[in-house]
Amino acid sequence: MHETVSGRLSFFRAAMVVARRDFTAVLFSRAFIFFLLGPLFPVAVFVLAGSVGAQIQSSATTAEIGLAMEAEDVDAMLEARNEVAARLGGGIPPMIPLARLEPGEKFDAVAVLENREGSIGAIVTGTLEKPELTAPRLNLGWQGIISMVAATALRSEPTTYPEVTTISVATSGASENRGRLGTAQGGLLLLFLLIMLLASMVLSNLVEEKANKIIEILAAAIPMDAVFMGKLFAMLGISVIGIAVWGTTGTTLLALGGRSLSELANPGVGWPLFFLFGAIYFAMGYLLLGSIFLTIGSMAPTVRDVQTMAMPVTMAQVLIFFLANLAVTKTGEWIEYVAIVFPLSSPFAMLARAAMEESIWPHIAAIAWQVLCVTLFIRFGARLFRKKVMKSGPQAGRGKKKGWFRRGAKASAELPLGGLS
Amino acid sequence: MFTLGLYPEAMDIATSDIVHTDESELAIEARGLVKRFDQTLAVDGIDLSVRRGAIYGILGPNGAGKTTTLRMILGIIDPDAGTRRLLDHDNPKDVARLIGYLPEERGLYQSMKAYDAIAFMGALRGLPLAEGRKRGRELLEQHGLSHAADKQIRHLSKGMAQIVQLLGTLVHEPQLVVLDEPFSGLDAINQGKLEVLIRSLAEKGTTVIFSTHVIAHAERLCEGIAIIAGGKVPFSGGVDEARDRIPAQVRLETSSAEGQWRSALPEETRRIGRFWHFPLPDSGIEPLLRALIDGDAGILSLSIERAGLHDAFVAIAGEAAAADLAVETESEAG
Repeated sequence: MHETVSGRLSFFRAAMVVARRDFTAVLFSRAFIFFLLGPLFPVAVFVLAGSVGAQIQSSATTAEIGLAMEAEDVDAMLEARNEVAARLGGGIPPMIPLARLEPGEKFDAVAVLENREGSIGAIVTGTLEKPELTAPRLNLGWQGIISMVAATALRSEPTTYPEVTTISVATSGASENRGRLGTAQGGLLLLFLLIMLLASMVLSNLVEEKANKIIEILAAAIPMDAVFMGKLFAMLGISVIGIAVWGTTGTTLLALGGRSLSELANPGVGWPLFFLFGAIYFAMGYLLLGSIFLTIGSMAPTVRDVQTMAMPVTMAQVLIFFLANLAVTKTGEWIEYVAIVFPLSSPFAMLARAAMEESIWPHIAAIAWQVLCVTLFIRFGARLFRKKVMKSGPQAGRGKKKGWFRRGAKASAELPLGGLS
Repeated sequence: MFTLGLYPEAMDIATSDIVHTDESELAIEARGLVKRFDQTLAVDGIDLSVRRGAIYGILGPNGAGKTTTLRMILGIIDPDAGTRRLLDHDNPKDVARLIGYLPEERGLYQSMKAYDAIAFMGALRGLPLAEGRKRGRELLEQHGLSHAADKQIRHLSKGMAQIVQLLGTLVHEPQLVVLDEPFSGLDAINQGKLEVLIRSLAEKGTTVIFSTHVIAHAERLCEGIAIIAGGKVPFSGGVDEARDRIPAQVRLETSSAEGQWRSALPEETRRIGRFWHFPLPDSGIEPLLRALIDGDAGILSLSIERAGLHDAFVAIAGEAAAADLAVETESEAG
């Protein structure tokens, strides 16, 4: 924005003045200690919710056993699997025919698994008498199941069980998918918790200016958009410090426990880009939700009103989180596209996508879309604030009661531009 | 180029690059400003002209439209109709750094230290923060508040905080200072100090416009005034011009209470104790004096007093507005 020597500060300079003030005010306040301790509470929730997440994960990534045998053997194995599953009442992984081989035809099970295709966790080759199980080490435990199914395929009431030869591979499509899904859900949850932590602070961000009657000084000197932007960036700066503290603490705790990131599955876009996208989507998610919360909070005449709004706002955030979480398990389906296009869930859904998929260009498009939405939200919020709150006009009893909040005598007294004179 | 003299070198930062070509004599020129809030017509076609370097007062009771007018002039709210021109610019935003504004609703960040609050207000108007902090300390020292420089605003008295805010309004050395009810909330001593400060600003070339409902301040300070009542300006001009709007008042003291001479007194004559009060007749004092002497009124004393601004306000704005004003002044004093 153009800046003249005598005119208003440019948009960004004005935003910087506000951001600097807010940043130092929060950083040097006692409340900042509570802010740093904040993640302890969500972590407790996370631990409790872990079992639920694990259930979602297991249902979303049930590994299959691929069959690459002669046609008759494939059919016999499929039939026997269903028979065994019915007898045992579950616990038998699903089997799918991968290839119906001609007699003497070879099948490279190792290559198929290392290509990490689909959700195949193991491949059975060979014959019913001499089955071979190729799988990552984690899935070699299916050896017994394969033996049981093969024996059932040979005779309906088996008394002897064929020996299953095992071949170990480094990974498979199923284990890669499961790992990526874990990374996606972990990233998503982290993003959600960080943003949720900031939301209540953003919600009450303009109340101080309104309560202390500073808003008119700001409005007279700089654009209201810059006030909004400055406030959002100040909180973003605060959160960066928080993340640095939490990140260092978390990494140290992991290191002390002998764990490291390398144990997690490599995200689709790779770790460096995943971290970059994580930072960008955190900023975007925060700015998108923050600009809306700041607008909502700015309409509230008192701190009490802001507190009243905190619960529905948190619930709305949780709904957005659920939408994004659902989208992770429905990749390629309409629900994923809805989550990506809907601005508020877009950063969550895209971070999950960064964990799951390799392609980069959708991220560039999504970030451009999110930047546009942030700009529009801030402009809209600032305009609404100017229109609804920053006006002189009749006080309580002299004017009509309308707008988002009832303007009682107390509320009017707290509205900085509420006096007609 | 004007300077307050406090920071001649700093003026280079703020305004040295501003070239005034064909500079107008007027710092503020408003024509036909109108503002409506829902069903209320707050300001109804106000005209204002404020000369550069003048001290200008806007007089009127609460609800008259003073603050709304100032906000429209400053561009905080847009008028529904009319135009305004500030320091040769049609858009107030183009001269934002040359303006200092003290709103009626005082407010500062409670956790800020006094000198930092001043610097912050300067930064909003383009003054570098470090320079603002330096000036903040100096201004506080000049106004006897050096002991408060490092105190948080929440630990200052209301009056001290108000002075800090006023200094924040002036820290970037504006060409135009707009003060909305600046005397409100100050004790008599600080009101006197503020009057001195306003005069010193004007002496150094700064235009000062302030709103007030206390006529005495305007009468003592202002070169020009606008009287606002019911969203209209029934009068704008010099203080003397306003006082001349109504005739001088005659105060007559007589030894005799009754007599033929009574018929010579104008109809509007009021008796207060031994004194008779009436407006100076259009025909002058001499014919009246002759009639009184001929009628043996026994003149003990006679004085002709020029009308005060309060009387002028009553005459111009109407008795209703004056009554409102009296109530507000009393409540403030209380």
